[in-house]
Amino acid sequence: MIKLVTAVIKPQMLEPVKDGLKDMGVQGITVTEVKGFGRQGGHTETYRGAEYTVDLVPKLKVEVICGLADAEGVMEMIRKCAYTGKIGDGKVWMIDLERLMRVRTGEMGDEAI
Amino acid sequence: MTRTAKLVAGGTLAAAVVALGGGAAWAQEAETVMTAEDVQVNLDNVFVLVAAVLVIFMQAGFALVEAGLTRAKSVANIMMKNMMDFCAGALAFFAVGYAIAFGAGGNDFFGTGGWFLGDGAFQYGTLTVPVTFIFQVAFAATAATIVSGAMAERTKFKSYFLYSIAISGLIYPIVVHWNWGGGWLAGLSTPFHDFAGSSMVHMVGGVAALMGAAVLGPRIGKYGPDGKPRAILGHNIPYAVLGTFILLVGWYGFNPGSELAADGAIGGIAVTTTLAAAAGAITAMLAIWAKSGKPDVAMTANGMLAGLVGITAGTAAVSNVGAVIIGAAAGVIVVTAVFFFDRIHIDDPVGAISVHGVCGAFGTICVGLFATEDTDFWQQGLFYGGGTSQLVSQVIGVVAIAVFVAVTAGILFTVLKATVGLRVSEDEELAGLDVLEHGAPGYGPDTTPGLPSTSRSGGRTTTVPTGASS
Repeated sequence: MIKLVTAVIKPQMLEPVKDGLKDMGVQGITVTEVKGFGRQGGHTETYRGAEYTVDLVPKLKVEVICGLADAEGVMEMIRKCAYTGKIGDGKVWMIDLERLMRVRTGEMGDEAI
Repeated sequence: MTRTAKLVAGGTLAAAVVALGGGAAWAQEAETVMTAEDVQVNLDNVFVLVAAVLVIFMQAGFALVEAGLTRAKSVANIMMKNMMDFCAGALAFFAVGYAIAFGAGGNDFFGTGGWFLGDGAFQYGTLTVPVTFIFQVAFAATAATIVSGAMAERTKFKSYFLYSIAISGLIYPIVVHWNWGGGWLAGLSTPFHDFAGSSMVHMVGGVAALMGAAVLGPRIGKYGPDGKPRAILGHNIPYAVLGTFILLVGWYGFNPGSELAADGAIGGIAVTTTLAAAAGAITAMLAIWAKSGKPDVAMTANGMLAGLVGITAGTAAVSNVGAVIIGAAAGVIVVTAVFFFDRIHIDDPVGAISVHGVCGAFGTICVGLFATEDTDFWQQGLFYGGGTSQLVSQVIGVVAIAVFVAVTAGILFTVLKATVGLRVSEDEELAGLDVLEHGAPGYGPDTTPGLPSTSRSGGRTTTVPTGASS
């Protein structure tokens, strides 16, 4: 069984998350710049005295493919490293991966992680 | 002949010239030897030409300020407007503008003579005709380019190009003739005084900008359904601040250069210019900080320019303390003015109307308040016990120039709107002007590496590599 762990985190927390995942032996991650809003619904700022709403806050999406045995540990590690305790720390979730293939060799399944 | 031999021969020849011909040459030159006055004339010409180059460099500053305070999707259009208002303006001012402004013929309201820099073209004192022209054309281009920022992100390029010709060739030169060209403002019993152009240049641009922005209407999305102004963020604050600094540097040509001579006054003018710029930036920063809770960068940059525009009329006439007060007041005025125009739905993305129009008028009037003493060119101001004679002349000049420009620029933009059209279509405005007006975006498709948005933008072709077949 292969799992895809996905996290949406604060951009400035990427370094600790990356280091934490490397330290626990994760072989690769994919990071994407994303924007979104959560329960707080953004915040207002001013530019030249006029207000504007930042309702889509910049975040980073981190994706990790791992075996079933490592998945819980990866989730915990991301939470530990991305945690600040303030609003907007993000979310981590996990789903099953149906098929996995390495482009270069054609290896399938656990071999391709 | 070897290299050494050549050198020896050359040296001998030079020595011979000095020994034999030198005396004769010296005697011949004695009749045309340069006097101290000749040197001063040359120095004046060199100084004013260098000052003109600094003023022309302000075009780069205007371009960057405008680009920085607007959105990336119209940045190429903004660069194009700034490039073309200089080029169209230079040719128009060369052809007719310079003659209308300074031609010895004509009357109190416009000059004639010296069309295309031909016979009778104006020269100031001992400055040559070309040097006088280059300095003045730089100023004409400044007045023209001020308008660009207020009309940014929604104006048809074709219409803006036509406007540039009209302001540099006709509207600005007429105003210049009234004062610097020896027209009716210079002939008032107490002559109107605008040393480097707070109103002659900046307010002309600012009022034309007001008319342009008013006829155009605000950008889509600038005002919410409730009519409240919404912020449309500029895409590059470093551009805006770099542009502001370039304008500051250019102002050392604008103000000291307007002395039109390399004399003892230019240093003092540079000092008042500096003090007003610094004071304006600081008070604008404090004003916006108090108003919205944070020291807004773009507004602070506007404050520096406001201080510069404000001091430009009185830069030679006021004390250093006077310059600080004028600059500081301009910094607060510009913030208030930006809020005011936002509220009455005049959408000015860069604050050009407030900086150049409002602070230009304010700075011109300040001459009547802060001039420290009577001279051949201005009377002592009200705050120094000089009475109101200069102040009255300043107000007359400001009102007359503002009304004239408002009417002529208003007619110009209305005619453009009715004929070629002033505003781009709604679709074009939303998409950005770059591609639809000029064919290509300001920031090319490879600005984001790895995400080509056009075909054949440098990535691999789609041929399947054989290695993947196993």
